Amino acid sequence: MAARKSAPKKTAKSNTSKEELLEYYREMLLIRRFEEKSGQLYGMGLIGGFCHLYIGQEAVVVGLEAAAKEGDKRLTSYRDHGHMLACGMDPKGVMAELTGREGGYSRGKGGSMHMFSKEKHFYGGHGIVGAQVPIGTGLAFADKYLDNGGVTFAYFGDGAANQGQVYESFNMASLWELPVIYVIENNQYAMGTSLQRASSTPDIYTRGEAFGIPGEAVDGMDVMAVKEAGERATEHCRSGKGPYILEMKTYRYRGHSMSDPAKYRTREEVQKVREERDAIEHVRELLLQGKHTSEDDLKAIDKEIKAVVNDAAEFSKTSPEPALEELWTDIYA
Amino acid sequence: MATEVLMPALSPTMEEGTLAKWLVKEGDEVQSGDILAEIETDKATMEFEAVDEGTIGKILIAEGTEGVKVNTPIAVMIEDGESADDIAAASAPAATPAPEAAAPVAEAPAAAPVAAQPITPVVAADPEVPEGTEMRSTTVREALRDAMAEEMRSDDTVFLMGEEVAEYQGAYKVSQGLLDEFGAKRVIDTPITEHGFAGLATGAAFGGLKPIVEFMTFNFAMQAIDHIINTAAKTRYMSGGQMSCPIVFRGPNGAAARVGAQHSQDYAAWYAQIPGLYVAMPYSAADAKGLLKTAIREENPVVFLENELLYGQSFDVPVMDDYAIPFGKARIWREGSDVTIVSFGIGMKYALEAADELAKEGISAEVIDLRTLRPIDYDTVVNSVMKTNRCITVEEGWPVASIGNHITAQIMERAFDYLDAPVINLTGKDVPMPYAANLEKLALVTTAEVIQAAKAVTYR
Ligand SMILES: Cc1ncc(C[n+]2csc(CCOP(=O)(O)OP(=O)(O)O)c2C)c(N)n1
Ligand SMILES: [Mg+2]
Repeated sequence: MAARKSAPKKTAKSNTSKEELLEYYREMLLIRRFEEKSGQLYGMGLIGGFCHLYIGQEAVVVGLEAAAKEGDKRLTSYRDHGHMLACGMDPKGVMAELTGREGGYSRGKGGSMHMFSKEKHFYGGHGIVGAQVPIGTGLAFADKYLDNGGVTFAYFGDGAANQGQVYESFNMASLWELPVIYVIENNQYAMGTSLQRASSTPDIYTRGEAFGIPGEAVDGMDVMAVKEAGERATEHCRSGKGPYILEMKTYRYRGHSMSDPAKYRTREEVQKVREERDAIEHVRELLLQGKHTSEDDLKAIDKEIKAVVNDAAEFSKTSPEPALEELWTDIYA
Repeated sequence: MATEVLMPALSPTMEEGTLAKWLVKEGDEVQSGDILAEIETDKATMEFEAVDEGTIGKILIAEGTEGVKVNTPIAVMIEDGESADDIAAASAPAATPAPEAAAPVAEAPAAAPVAAQPITPVVAADPEVPEGTEMRSTTVREALRDAMAEEMRSDDTVFLMGEEVAEYQGAYKVSQGLLDEFGAKRVIDTPITEHGFAGLATGAAFGGLKPIVEFMTFNFAMQAIDHIINTAAKTRYMSGGQMSCPIVFRGPNGAAARVGAQHSQDYAAWYAQIPGLYVAMPYSAADAKGLLKTAIREENPVVFLENELLYGQSFDVPVMDDYAIPFGKARIWREGSDVTIVSFGIGMKYALEAADELAKEGISAEVIDLRTLRPIDYDTVVNSVMKTNRCITVEEGWPVASIGNHITAQIMERAFDYLDAPVINLTGKDVPMPYAANLEKLALVTTAEVIQAAKAVTYR
């Protein structure tokens, strides 16, 4: 099956309802404000270690979650806060994990990179680049084995796309027709290495061709285009045709992690994407232009989100550190 | 309401930095995302962005100020309608650090066990260094870079390969300047494909080159461990001695600060088990340099275990044309008569600190740094134990099948009759590394534990 580029660039605005757009706006804004707050708490020393912000990439998870059904699974790398918020995990529990407190999703033991929620079918938070790809393939293997109709979204980066285990996974997934969607979040950099400097081809979505996996490139800054691509992919998987690849063309605005001086790209490059392609601004304009939404309506949402994020931050500061005995628990079942 | 802008922590181990440059001035309006200032840490210069929008009411710390502690107020932002005059009283510089800032500041040193602590300036006599040699204070980071640069200058077949080693100058800035000096043919950025490039470099070693492979951290070498053990270490044997594999696998190993279970573990005992490998794990900058030079010249594969938390530490390094340290020779950092403390790598920090404290209480500890874990200098350890009759071992790795266990077995075989107390092995706790600050502290071996163990074996 051939790989293809997504059809027209900006799609389907007209048939997206105001309610739907407002929902996207709210969810994307929640992620952005949450991440800004995380950055702030990191600067204050309340969050330690590595902390990888998702700012700029919000449309990817929000669009794909809109295409997912209850029971579908997802997993990703260490850049995971956005995925957790988008699948409905509680901002308080996520933020408290960032600060390493008892109220966090892993009770403070996992940290920013390692969080899970069985309830929301979120299978992590993985610190080793590429490792989540075969794991996601295995979740799909289980779904097919159990014949439960579930689909797994396995997210990974453009850098991770160079790990050998990705191709070992592609082969098995195609061979056994597993219901897994490989979502490549191509934000153009793996730490300080641009895609051109690391990949022999600029089009990662074509890398499934040799295994017979269809792939498409999608404007990952356009939440509606993402949702539509997600629907095509889930439909393909649910109808038993095996895996599907979505390469999301996106961009990260912040450094790789908090301690990245980001000398490998110019301020202007970042600024240009922010000004011309920002996913939240895009939806905001649509709402203001054709959908009878006022500045005040949006301001009210902004305020609401700010309150949610402030509550989460407050909770993450006041939730106690884990009890000392916790050092020894959860090692074996 | 006026809000204080605090000196940010820009890396897991940062405690203070230089406020290099202000990019805004008082009265400027800023948006979230605008760059406020440039801040220098020992690793890099970072841009510091505004989180909220507002107006810069007052700049509290002038540019060029060094040693600004994390969380010190550096400026005050005001909102519409406020004037800079209003804030003078509201936030006199550093009068009351933001209340929420107080806790993390107190916690910071624990999160970064070694940062900013002076190293005991004792450098034990080094037989390789002629008396009167000039000493220069050098960080471990610079020492490693100098070793690579010197060996690359003298041997064209030596090259460096790894993730972010070239243009980014190393994820931890160890390869700083090497791309400039040696060019892209010899300082090579790889894709994130550890298994692939470790295998490729091993093949290049068979093909006549001398690769230095940097793993961004040794946690990621697990992707590549098959080639390290099954290919690099065994091929000489399997080929009946025809093929050698002159390669160095190097990078930071062991716990870093607050990075959780997958990024914080010590592989010393893992690699030390493998026949066909050499394993070095330096503590000081001088040993980092001298051992790395030896590693690069070796005809055998060497696993070279560094430590992120030690990179920024300074030690005296002898100024010599060619300072190479042989493998298999321990360094006695401190002579003593009551108890032998055996350690290596960052464990030495706790061992030396404990020895200082013990001396104050009249317990004289002899502190031995193994420096290489394969080969191990058993003689130095055994001779010391024959003198002190007591021994404790200190390492960061897990307790089961630790280096300390192995040393203890050797002591039992060779010096059983000399022991006046059972040997105690101090290690990291038998758990994956937790993220929470309080739990992480508990998981690591501490100076206090070393002191306690020394007292236990000396029955004090
Ligand atoms: C196996 C492995 N190698 C290296 C690293 C260090 N590392 C963490 S993130 C990263 C870059 C990954 O880039 P990409 O896959 O594009 O994801 P992004 O960070 O852009 O989301 C690297 C090299 C790691 N965590 N695991
Ligand atoms: Mg990337």
